[in-house]
Amino acid sequence: MAMTLSEKIFASHLRDEPFPGTKVLSLDVVLCHEITTPIAVNDLVARGKDRVFDPSKIKVVIDHVTPAKDTKTALQGKILRDWSRRQGIRDFFDIGRNGVCHALFPEQGFIRPGYTVIMGDSHTCTHGAFGAFAAGVGTTDLEVGILKGVCAFREPKTIRVNVMGTAPEGVFAKDIILRIIKELTVKGATDCVVEFHGDVVRGLSMEGRMTLCNMAIEAGGTSGVCMPDEVTVDYLWPFIAADYRDKKAALADFRKWWSDEGCEYVKALDIDVSNLAPQVTYGYKPDEVKDAAELAGTAVDQVYIGSCTNGRLEDLRVAASYLKGRKIADTVRGIVSPATPKVFRDADEEGIIRIFMDAGFCVTNPTCGACLGMSNGVLAPGEVCASTTNRNFNGRMGKGGMVHLMSPATAAVTAIEGSIADPRKFAKGGR
Amino acid sequence: MKTFGGKVLFLDRSDINTDEIIPAKYLTEISKEALKPHMLEDLKIEGFDPCDPGLHEARVIVTKANFGCGSSREHAPWVFEINDINVVIASSFARIFRQNMFNCGMLAIELPEEAIDRLFKHKGTNANASLSVDFNNNRIAIESDKGSESFAYSLSAFDKALVEAGGWVEFADSKY
Ligand code: SF4
Repeated sequence: MAMTLSEKIFASHLRDEPFPGTKVLSLDVVLCHEITTPIAVNDLVARGKDRVFDPSKIKVVIDHVTPAKDTKTALQGKILRDWSRRQGIRDFFDIGRNGVCHALFPEQGFIRPGYTVIMGDSHTCTHGAFGAFAAGVGTTDLEVGILKGVCAFREPKTIRVNVMGTAPEGVFAKDIILRIIKELTVKGATDCVVEFHGDVVRGLSMEGRMTLCNMAIEAGGTSGVCMPDEVTVDYLWPFIAADYRDKKAALADFRKWWSDEGCEYVKALDIDVSNLAPQVTYGYKPDEVKDAAELAGTAVDQVYIGSCTNGRLEDLRVAASYLKGRKIADTVRGIVSPATPKVFRDADEEGIIRIFMDAGFCVTNPTCGACLGMSNGVLAPGEVCASTTNRNFNGRMGKGGMVHLMSPATAAVTAIEGSIADPRKFAKGGR
Repeated sequence: MKTFGGKVLFLDRSDINTDEIIPAKYLTEISKEALKPHMLEDLKIEGFDPCDPGLHEARVIVTKANFGCGSSREHAPWVFEINDINVVIASSFARIFRQNMFNCGMLAIELPEEAIDRLFKHKGTNANASLSVDFNNNRIAIESDKGSESFAYSLSAFDKALVEAGGWVEFADSKY
């Protein structure tokens, strides 16, 4: 029978079906951060079950608030740190090595095609970019994942999104996914996996694919997914070279996860990006999306470039290509958070960090930072932020603040203008 | 098993997200008790006042589509639980929120939009709507000064088992 990628992963990882339609899967990786994991750890301790199913399959990072900002966040970090040591979890990323979870863990080669991945974080869907089934879960599911290496799901249906055409100058993966969310709406993919297909997706780097999959949850999706191909093999090669004779063999192995011809989709969506303009959100929901030009002139107080959506090297490179030789408006606070230490180092070596600083940006350490308004970069009531993150919910970056989501290119030119601007109107590199 | 039913809080909007249910800045708390005063603090609905003391008398929430979208934070069901709200009824839920409710032994009941509209007819300043849940027979009944009526709902066997077991941890640990 023809199967989708996620159906194949469900079939190969099925541990039990305790009730019809409830599939308990065995997990390949359980990812943890300091916001949702400490409560799970404390609860396991309280239940007398302070154990982990397999310390080599648990990956841990402190990323949301780092360095700790107060006693409470210091305690969250400490609980995670003590627990990782106690349980022999070797892949624990503390300050100096830490970065935004959904950028750091792929960069470490922890995510592979065909894997089952959970994390107490809704943007876990990002990892589907590798052809994995990766789903965000709550603390209780995480707790059971840590203890037993299993998680229960209703088998998701699959939506096929076909991205065709040629993306014009100034249009990026972020614009494409914002447009897709506008089409699907914020609940259009609930209980579904969103599969991204088409020449445009095949032409994207892993970074761009992660940007697409990252925002599947904003349409309600369980996971976003791309078919693992040569790009995936190249990205993972440093980690898998010992497992395969050559790249061709790796590709042949990865291909077994591809959705079969004739498999069942609940919905198919075709998007031609040839005429797509840069996209920006305007309301408090990520499906409230307009062309940047329609919002041009909307004044902003802060511009944030970073996060698991758009804090990778490629994103910083694009933003820097507009910022080079220019200054941001003096009414704007610019903040950039490279998503991982590697991104930071590479950006530094390429001179990108210098470009940001010369333009007037504040460069922070790798962290979630301003994205969720719980550490640095919080907005004051009534303030407006142009942001490369994934959520424009009311209060997301600070009570009473307004967030406009956009690509790094649009964010960069918005910083220069002091108000929302269309990157197609800007030549790259002022001087 | 938890107890279900009581005074109804109507939240007349779709797409209420978990940032609105419990803002991120409180995620540094590691006890449920500390979340208690902050329920629905950032919720944006015309006429809704998160400081209304009457809020804490509610035992059931009735709302519209896609309730609990956004962040995976289980703090959202917890802030309801610590305020003695153990039932949310909506026309649809976001997946993670819905699963979190059952994982905590609480009820997330989905009803068709027509049924939700009929429930909303019981909303009113002094309507004093109260809702009871007959867990064994999968029925809810609402009563207010506007009358009373009841509705059947359906739950999967797994969701029912989680509520009966009081949550997923014990269930999974005994089985796997
Ligand atoms: S960057 Fe933002 S969306 Fe991504 S994991 Fe951190 S807080 Fe969540």
